[in-house]
Amino acid sequence: MNSVVGVKSLNKIYGKNDSAFAALKDINIDIKHGESVAIVGKSGSGKSTLMHLLALLDSPTDGEIIINGKKSSKLSRREKDILRNKQFGFVFQQFFLNANNTVLDNVILPLKIAGIGRRERNARGLQALNDVELGSKANNKANNLSGGEKQRVVIARALINNPSIIFADEPTGNLDSVTGEKIEEILFSLNKNKNITLIIVTHDHELAGRCGRQIRMKDGMIVEGEK
Amino acid sequence: MKLSDIISSATSNMFRSKVRTGLTILAIFIGAFTITLTVGISSGVTTYLDKQVSNVGAKNVLIIRRKVEVNMSNVLKKYEPDQKSNSAQAALLSAMLNDSDVAKIKTQSDLSNFYAVSAVSPSYISGTNGDKYQVATQPFIDGSQFELITGKLVSGKDAQSEILLPSVMVSGLGFSSNDDAIGKTVEFGIKTPAGVMKTVSAVITGVQQESLITQGGVFVNIPLQTKLLAIQYEGAPVEIAHRYIGVTAEFDSALSKDEVKTIKNSLADKGYLANTVEDQIGIIKQIIDAITYVLIFFGCIALLAASIGIVNTLFMSVQERTKEIGLMKAMGMSRIKVFLLFSVEAMMLGFWGSLLGALAAIGVGRIANNIASDTFLKDLPGFALTDFPVLYVAAIIFVVMLIAFLAGTLPSRRAANQDPIEALRYE
Ligand SMILES: Nc1ncnc2c1ncn2[C@@H]1O[C@H](COP(=O)(O)OP(=O)(O)OP(=O)(O)O)[C@@H](O)[C@H]1O
Ligand SMILES: [Mg+2]
Repeated sequence: MNSVVGVKSLNKIYGKNDSAFAALKDINIDIKHGESVAIVGKSGSGKSTLMHLLALLDSPTDGEIIINGKKSSKLSRREKDILRNKQFGFVFQQFFLNANNTVLDNVILPLKIAGIGRRERNARGLQALNDVELGSKANNKANNLSGGEKQRVVIARALINNPSIIFADEPTGNLDSVTGEKIEEILFSLNKNKNITLIIVTHDHELAGRCGRQIRMKDGMIVEGEK
Repeated sequence: MKLSDIISSATSNMFRSKVRTGLTILAIFIGAFTITLTVGISSGVTTYLDKQVSNVGAKNVLIIRRKVEVNMSNVLKKYEPDQKSNSAQAALLSAMLNDSDVAKIKTQSDLSNFYAVSAVSPSYISGTNGDKYQVATQPFIDGSQFELITGKLVSGKDAQSEILLPSVMVSGLGFSSNDDAIGKTVEFGIKTPAGVMKTVSAVITGVQQESLITQGGVFVNIPLQTKLLAIQYEGAPVEIAHRYIGVTAEFDSALSKDEVKTIKNSLADKGYLANTVEDQIGIIKQIIDAITYVLIFFGCIALLAASIGIVNTLFMSVQERTKEIGLMKAMGMSRIKVFLLFSVEAMMLGFWGSLLGALAAIGVGRIANNIASDTFLKDLPGFALTDFPVLYVAAIIFVVMLIAFLAGTLPSRRAANQDPIEALRYE
């Protein structure tokens, strides 16, 4: 299996001089295509920071991130934008829906950014909403949905560009166990059926347990899970 | 993101905060309204003046007068019984030209067809109904072109007595219509120096529109002018009879502006002031232009204030949409597109503000035109107070949009440079 995301001796230091804080220290990871990986650890251990770096949302102080065999330091800003737009799906803990837009408009945002025409993106948006059983709510205001529904909308948005990797930061953090179960179901069926790589940051032991591998972090370092 | 999506996103965002958007547009509206209306009036007046010049058409005619130093202390002086002539009158008389002046002017090279214009003041004019009206006459200089409502121009030197009648006089003199007046005869009454009233008749060849230049006067051809003069100065000494208000002369219409200027300067050296009709109207134009510039300046100040409003509005918009921008950037929207999203919003504010301002100005201009042509411009037919060439209006909208774009660059840049991580952490 070829690796899709890897990092080599990665360091991230926030701030400078006196206030400098090393959020990540000498991280090495290698994630293969189709894997499901949980990043676990205490609050403040650097999980989100790591995920943002893996998703090319931030740049490291030191070290390399390798996506599909290419060093991120060699990628232009535009190439990174295209990667995030076409290959990555994002599920953020706080939903990040545009409250005043319709559910459909929220879901199709990545396609709109990609410059896909209205007709095609609406069709694909409806399809993605049906996949998460929210087709009937397509024209509702995003604000009027329940928390679980919002998270499903976020997942539909993450799926819409047929990504090869989904980055999910606490996808079930805000949900009751039944709804959380539903979300997990969707994510793992994607992993299984479409061979999408899952990288999930979570506190939830049960969710972490379903992943193929767990990377445990402590104080910015990996203490377990990376060979 | 496609341009059409950027525009529709910017539009829907613009209407998200209606009050704020409305106030910003109002500020732009005021600036655009002022400028458009000013430009409209200036264009209306300028167009009219240009039409006047081309109406008169005698573009190659110089009107030569004595150069008079206006000395304010001369204007109002105490009467002194010992003094033979009063100095104010003397000043007026000395402004007239005499035969030796005319001879001197005639030596000027590059000029031909000299005609010394005397002031003729007939006592009245009367038409078919016999009613007598006061009248002012002007000699018709060959080569002049008037826009006539009907008929033709008077003929030159060796013809019968002919006149061009201003349309305001037609019905008063007893003619049923402009066309009816053509070919009919009118009578001028004019007094000899001894006070005897004599009459001269003349044929109407054309009816002309009132304008700034004709000023409601009757144009008489040279033969008629000569007859009237003969009566006016019957038996008078030459010094009095041969006084002229000016000399008209033609120059070759192929001469360049500089060459005409040389002629004017040469005459000026001899103590004469030479002007074309265009020059005379040019003075009015300069005044109009000066007023225009001042008003446009005020309009620009209004626009400057409005553009600060745009900056403010967009900064607030960027602030409010921090998360949305962060999300879009995380999902791969490029910096330039984010920049465009906000610049387009700025330009939309400029577009709507200036479009509405321009339309309102055009509307007000139309109403003003109607009121003006019924009232104070009644005697100047063909004069539209305001005139809004599409190109000017388009240029104003374009410039306002450009200003809005420039104002929008600051907030747009802030949006474009936003760090998605920070935006995503932003609560
Ligand atoms: N911009 C920043 N400047 C300074 N310190 C930061 C910044 N962002 C994160 N940190 C610090 O880096 C450490 C790791 O943060 P991170 O968000 O990755 O934690 P986490 O493991 O995701 O925690 P949680 O489970 O609570 O989400 C924290 O101590 C945090 O305070
Ligand atoms: Mg976190």
